[in-house]
Amino acid sequence: MEAASIPSGDRSLLERSPLARLPDRALKYGLTILAGLILVLIVYFFVRLFDEARPAFEASGVFGFVFKNDWNPAAEHYYALPLVLGTLLTSGLALLIGVPVAVATAVYLTELCPRRALSPLTILVELLAAVPSVVYGLWGIFFLAPKLQPAEQWFAETFSFVPFVGGGLVTIPNCFVAGLILAIMILPIVSAIAREVMSTVPPDHKEAALGLGATRWEMIRMAVIPYCRSGIVGGAMLGLGRAIGETIAVTIVIGDSPTLAKHLFGQGYTLAAVIANEFGEATGLHRSALFAAALVLFVLTLLVNAIARLIVLRAARGGRTPQATGGAANVGAAAAVGA
Amino acid sequence: MSVPAATPDRLARFAVSKRRRRTDRFARGMLLAATLIALVPLVLIVYYLLKKGLGAWSVNFFTTDPTGSTFFGGSSIGGIKSAILGTIEMVAVASAIAIPIGLGVALWLVEYGRPTWFAHTVRFFVDVLTGVPSIVFGLFIYIALILGTGSSYAGIKGSLALSLLMLPVVIRSAEVILQLVPGALRESALALGAPRWRVIFRVVLPTALTGMLTGVLLAVARAAGETAPLLFTAGHTNKTNFDLSQFMNSLPYQIYNDVTSPTTAVVNRAWGAALTLVTMILILNLIARLVARRTRLA
Repeated sequence: MEAASIPSGDRSLLERSPLARLPDRALKYGLTILAGLILVLIVYFFVRLFDEARPAFEASGVFGFVFKNDWNPAAEHYYALPLVLGTLLTSGLALLIGVPVAVATAVYLTELCPRRALSPLTILVELLAAVPSVVYGLWGIFFLAPKLQPAEQWFAETFSFVPFVGGGLVTIPNCFVAGLILAIMILPIVSAIAREVMSTVPPDHKEAALGLGATRWEMIRMAVIPYCRSGIVGGAMLGLGRAIGETIAVTIVIGDSPTLAKHLFGQGYTLAAVIANEFGEATGLHRSALFAAALVLFVLTLLVNAIARLIVLRAARGGRTPQATGGAANVGAAAAVGA
Repeated sequence: MSVPAATPDRLARFAVSKRRRRTDRFARGMLLAATLIALVPLVLIVYYLLKKGLGAWSVNFFTTDPTGSTFFGGSSIGGIKSAILGTIEMVAVASAIAIPIGLGVALWLVEYGRPTWFAHTVRFFVDVLTGVPSIVFGLFIYIALILGTGSSYAGIKGSLALSLLMLPVVIRSAEVILQLVPGALRESALALGAPRWRVIFRVVLPTALTGMLTGVLLAVARAAGETAPLLFTAGHTNKTNFDLSQFMNSLPYQIYNDVTSPTTAVVNRAWGAALTLVTMILILNLIARLVARRTRLA
């Protein structure tokens, strides 16, 4: 059968008229402009934030602002070290407590959980992310903090020789409770990412370990966890980013004292909490200092999230299947975004 | 070569030692314990919310505004009507802003922008936006719309801050779903002569609809629960008003306000409001899950 050939002169019959091509062009350029708008918007906000923060940086010096210790609005001293350290302390605590539990949960759900319990348990863990932060604060200050106080008191007295932990007054709102609440809040994110990475472990690795006679735990230790290490680290860093930026829950339970937190069970302050508390009535240099605190917060979360994404992407890409790349990276991003 | 017989004494060499078996059982027990520990806060929160929040619920609770008085308990402190209505209105407006823009950007990223540096930059900035702390969004809107203009807090500014918050969530989840639409589907439609825009609106979007709906609902649930962006944009007021250019109350802000009150009745109202908020968010999450089950993709 002869293949029909299109006479060259009649080519125009198959083309669409310029008018019909208009919607296509309009859509393409319209959407491109939209995307460009996002870019412009973010750059604009960043520039304005920096502008507003500049007076404070000029008064205290950039390094002074971050590394000197004296936050005193009454005396117009704005050196944010107690805030930065408070932020790092609570976030560090959140990581210390939250990541092991999250990873253990992820291991249990992917490797050991009986099939019927898997779905409800997974949903329950993800529900932790649905609780708004103000409710965490409410629950933290009225239930958790008072309940923990006797234990904290005992701990501080028993270990009073340890410099940061022991001795000193145990207040009900304190840094430790804040760190604990943050740990609970980042648990769903870290667990979701860890679960996703763990589900991409090739079955061959696991079966090889089992075939060599390993027990289930040994198999997990040998085949699953080393494989997922960078993915878990990436997930932990995304959790860290979330913990650093968390405002309301921390403000409620940390006690808001702008001096360097002398000990774990005393009051403290974080960058986000100081903004929430002092911004309402701040003027002039004070307000500029709070913008500067917001900038420091912004840059901090930016760095942490950038490193996290790099790690998660590299974990998903390095020698893994294309499916894992898409899966882990996407769910990592989506999980971080959704929480 | 013949394989030696599997006699019991030979098999014993391959048996798992008691120590290893004990470690295995212990480790597995620990992992189960950790999972249950992770769920303890959830159970406690739900229990406390129900215990203290249900007590605050009443017809009066939902139909009167907070009176702002902190001295007496009982009915003189009012309910949370303005907070509920304010949250609904502000989140609805925020969604109306964020969803079309978010879907548009995601569509652009998947359909048009793939290999260019411009697309990489946009995607990078969306990533940046996902990591921004929620209070900074409020400050962004404050700087742009309140500072220097002399105008004050307004509901629409709160909505804008919330929409900034929702934007990266919507873009990210929509992008993931749109990428899952099989290229073959698009190509068949194009091969049949459909113009690009028709392929997008008649083939790609309908296929991706349920997935995007799930992502959108989760973004809405997140926005409904956020307090920090509203602190310095929408402000706080007690009375109900539907005017977006005025101060507007919201559930999270009302709770935040009431938490530090010395009056027990006000704190109980905060628990009731918290229960209301969590119920709303849980319902949205449930709907999102039910919608997700009906997706035609992945």
